[in-house]
Amino acid sequence: MREGILVKPYERLEQEQLERIHEASLSILRDPGILSYNKEAVEIFDDNGAEISAHTEYWRISIPEGLVEESVKHAPSVVQLGARERENRLILDGREPRVRFGTGSEANIILDIAVEDFVSEETGIKRSFPVFQRRRGTIQDLCQAAHLCEHLPNVDFFIRTVNIQDEDITEGNKDVNKFFASLNNTKKHVMAGLTNVEKLDDVIRMAEIISGDNNEPVISFITCVTKSPLQFVEDTTQNLIEIAKRGYPVSISASPQGGSTAPLQEAGMLAQLNAEILAGITLAQLVRKKTPVLYGSVPLRVRMDNLDNMYGAPETNRYNIDGVQMARFYGIPCYSTAGIGDSRFPGIEASVNKLLSHLFIALSGAQYIHYAFGLLEGTNTFSFEQAILDDVHIGMIKSMLKEQRIEEELQDSLTMIREVMNTSHKMFTRYARRYLHAGDVIPFYPFEGDANETLLKVKARNEELLSSPVDEIPEEIKKRIFQEFDVLERIK
Amino acid sequence: MVKISNELIEQINENVIKGRRHKEDEDFEGGSVGEPGVEELVEEALKGGVKPKEIIGCINEAMEVVGKKYETGEFFIPDMMASAEAVSAGMDVLEPYLSSTGESMDKFVIATVEGDLHDIGKNIVALLLKGAGFNVIDLGTNVPADKIVETVRAEDAKLVGLSALLTTTMRRMGEVVEKLRAEGIDAKVLVGGAAVSVSYAAEIGAIYCKDAFGALEAVKND
Ligand code: B12
Repeated sequence: MREGILVKPYERLEQEQLERIHEASLSILRDPGILSYNKEAVEIFDDNGAEISAHTEYWRISIPEGLVEESVKHAPSVVQLGARERENRLILDGREPRVRFGTGSEANIILDIAVEDFVSEETGIKRSFPVFQRRRGTIQDLCQAAHLCEHLPNVDFFIRTVNIQDEDITEGNKDVNKFFASLNNTKKHVMAGLTNVEKLDDVIRMAEIISGDNNEPVISFITCVTKSPLQFVEDTTQNLIEIAKRGYPVSISASPQGGSTAPLQEAGMLAQLNAEILAGITLAQLVRKKTPVLYGSVPLRVRMDNLDNMYGAPETNRYNIDGVQMARFYGIPCYSTAGIGDSRFPGIEASVNKLLSHLFIALSGAQYIHYAFGLLEGTNTFSFEQAILDDVHIGMIKSMLKEQRIEEELQDSLTMIREVMNTSHKMFTRYARRYLHAGDVIPFYPFEGDANETLLKVKARNEELLSSPVDEIPEEIKKRIFQEFDVLERIK
Repeated sequence: MVKISNELIEQINENVIKGRRHKEDEDFEGGSVGEPGVEELVEEALKGGVKPKEIIGCINEAMEVVGKKYETGEFFIPDMMASAEAVSAGMDVLEPYLSSTGESMDKFVIATVEGDLHDIGKNIVALLLKGAGFNVIDLGTNVPADKIVETVRAEDAKLVGLSALLTTTMRRMGEVVEKLRAEGIDAKVLVGGAAVSVSYAAEIGAIYCKDAFGALEAVKND
C-alpha cells in the first residue's frame, strides 16, 4: 500500500469558523439553490423533498438543509482505490491528514525539448541549449506519460495527463482507449473523467478483466458536476449519477474561479466551493448510499488582465488549504490541487508556482493531490521533463514532512555522539550511510546546473526512463481486451 | 588452513567495502553489528599465518571496488571515508608486522596551517590516503610551520599535505615550503582548500589538489 505522509496539518480556520462556512453553504443550497440542467438529478432531488421550480432551460433546486446533512453522513470516510499491483493500493481516510500526490488534467499540448547548438557572436564559443516545441497530444503520449509516471517514485496515482487528439479517436472509443493506454503502462491506480457515459460499462468491464480477483477497483472517475456558480451541468451530472449507480469511486470536483465565477474573498469562495461539492455529494448519496466519493476541491483565482485561471495566485493556495480543511471537517478524503505552473515553459515562474502549492497543500494534509506533475500553462500543457523535476521536488517535500522519530532516534544518537567524540577527526559521516542507502536522504540535487544545463540533464533522464520497460498487462488479457473493445491496434 | 585463510581474506575484502573497522561498527545499511570487522579479521589472518602482503593486496582490491562504486554513484563520500577508516584500522594491526619484515608504507605528513581551524577537507584527504595505504601522520589544525618541517624531517616523509581555507592563512603554506627547502628537504608538497588556487600553488612550488581524488592522483604519479 502507498501509505502517504502523515502530516500535522497547517490550518487557517477554527472549528467554529468551519461550522459557520458549513451553515453558509447549506443556506446557499437552499437559496439560491442549484440550477440544474440535468433532468434526472432534478427528479432525484424532487423525490427526496427538495423544492423544484422549472424555468425554460433549467430547473432550480432548493435543497433543504437536513437533506444535505443526512446525505453527507452516508459518504464513507475511507475510500479504497486499487491498483494492478497491490503495493500501489491507496486507502484514503478523510479523517487522517495523510498526503499523496498524483498527476492530473487532460492537457492538450505536449511540450517537447529539442537540443540545438548556438554559437556566441562575441566569443565564437558553441553551446547546446534546450529549445521548446509545442504540439498536440496523442494516445502515444498518454502511453508514454503513464510509462514515465510508473517509474517516478513520488507519483502515487495516475490521472490521464494528456488529451488524446488522434484522428482515429472518436467520442465512441476515447474512454476505453484512454483507460487502456493508462492501465497498460502503469501499475498504479488510474483515474479519469468520462467522455461518453454510454461507454461507462465498457470501461468498468475492461477494468474488471484487468484487475481479475482484485477486490478494489483499479480505476475510479472524476466528474466536474457543477459549473460555477452553482449549476449542475447536463452531461457530467449524468456521469455522476451513472457512476454512483454502479458504486464506483468518484471525485466530485468543483472549480469556482475567485474574481469571476465565484467571490474573490476567502469566505465567499469557500462557502460556494463547499456548497457546490456538497450538492454533488448529496446527489451521489441519494442515487446510492455509501457511494465512495472524494471531496474534489479545485478552487482558484483568476488573473486580472484576461480572466484566465491563475494557479500561482496566493489566493489559489489559500482557497485550497481551506478546501482541504473543509473536507476533513466532513471526514471525506480530499482530492485537492497543487503543482500547476502558469508559465508555458519550465523555469523560474513555474518553479515558484509549483513549490508554493506543492508545499502548502501537502502541509494542509490533503489525501489525494492531483495536478501535481508536469503541468504548465495552467492545465493546458504537459511536459515530461517538468514531471521529472516535479517528482524530485515532491520527493523533497515528502521527505521534509516525514513524521518525527525523536523517541527511537535519541538513544542511538547519544551513543553516536559519544563514539564520534572519541575519534581523532570527529566526523559523523559513517552514521549517515544507513539513511543514504535506505534512500531516505537525497544525496545532492540530481540536476545541478543553470536552467539550461538542468533541462538538458532532465531530458536525458526522461529518455532513460522511457527506454526502461514497464510491466504491461499480460498478453492473454490484452488479447481479450482487443477482441472485446475498440482499443487502437497501435497501442497494443 | 588454506580454506580458512581464503575465507578470511574474502571477509576482509567484504568488510572494507562495508566500511566496518571493528565488530561494533554497522555497515552502510545499518546492519552487521557484532560480526568481526577489519581489525579483528586482520588480526586473525595474521595469527593464522597469512602474509601481510596478501592482506594489503586484498585491501587494495577492496578499495578499488569502493572507488568504482563511488564513480558509478552507488557510493558516496561517507562510504569512501568509512571504508578508508576500516582500512586504516586494519593497517594499525598490520603495522608491527610490516616493520618487523622490513616492509613499510609511504609516509604522508598532513596539517592545516597555522591560524586556520578548518579541517573537514583535510580529514577527508587524510582518511582517503590512509585508505590508499599511506602512513598518514596527521598533525591536526593550526599547526605552525616549524612543527610541520620538524615532523617531515624526523619522519623522513617524502610527501607533505597542507590545507588552508582562509586567504589570510594561505600565505603560511609558502612559508612551510620555503622552510622545507631551506632545510634541504625536497618532499613533494600538496596543497588544497577553498583559498588556494593553481596559480598560488605554482608560485610557491607546490601541487594544487582540487579534492581528495586529486591528491590520490598526485601521489600516484610518482
Ligand atoms: C565549514 C566551515 C567552517 C567551520 C569549520 C569546521 C571544520 N571542522 O572545519 C567553522 C564554522 C568552524 C568555520 C570557521 C571560520 N570560517 Co569557515 N568555512 C567553512 C565552509 C563553509 C566550508 C569548508 C568545508 O569544510 N568544506 C567542505 C570540505 C570537504 O571542502 P574543502 O575544505 O574545500 O576540502 C576539499 C578540497 O579543498 C581539498 N583540500 C582541502 N584541504 C586540502 C589539503 C590537501 C593536502 C589536499 C591535497 C587537498 C585539500 O580536498 C578536500 C576534500 O575534497 C567554508 C566555505 C568554503 N567555500 O569552503 C567557510 C570559509 C572557509 N570560512 C570562512 C571564514 C571567514 C571563517 C571564519 C573566519 C569565520 C569567523 N569570522 O569566525 C572562521 C575561521 C576560523 C579559523 N580560524 O579557521 C571563509 C573564508 C574567507 C577567507 N577569508 O578566505 C569561507 C570561505 C566562507 C566565506 N565565503 O566567507 N568555517
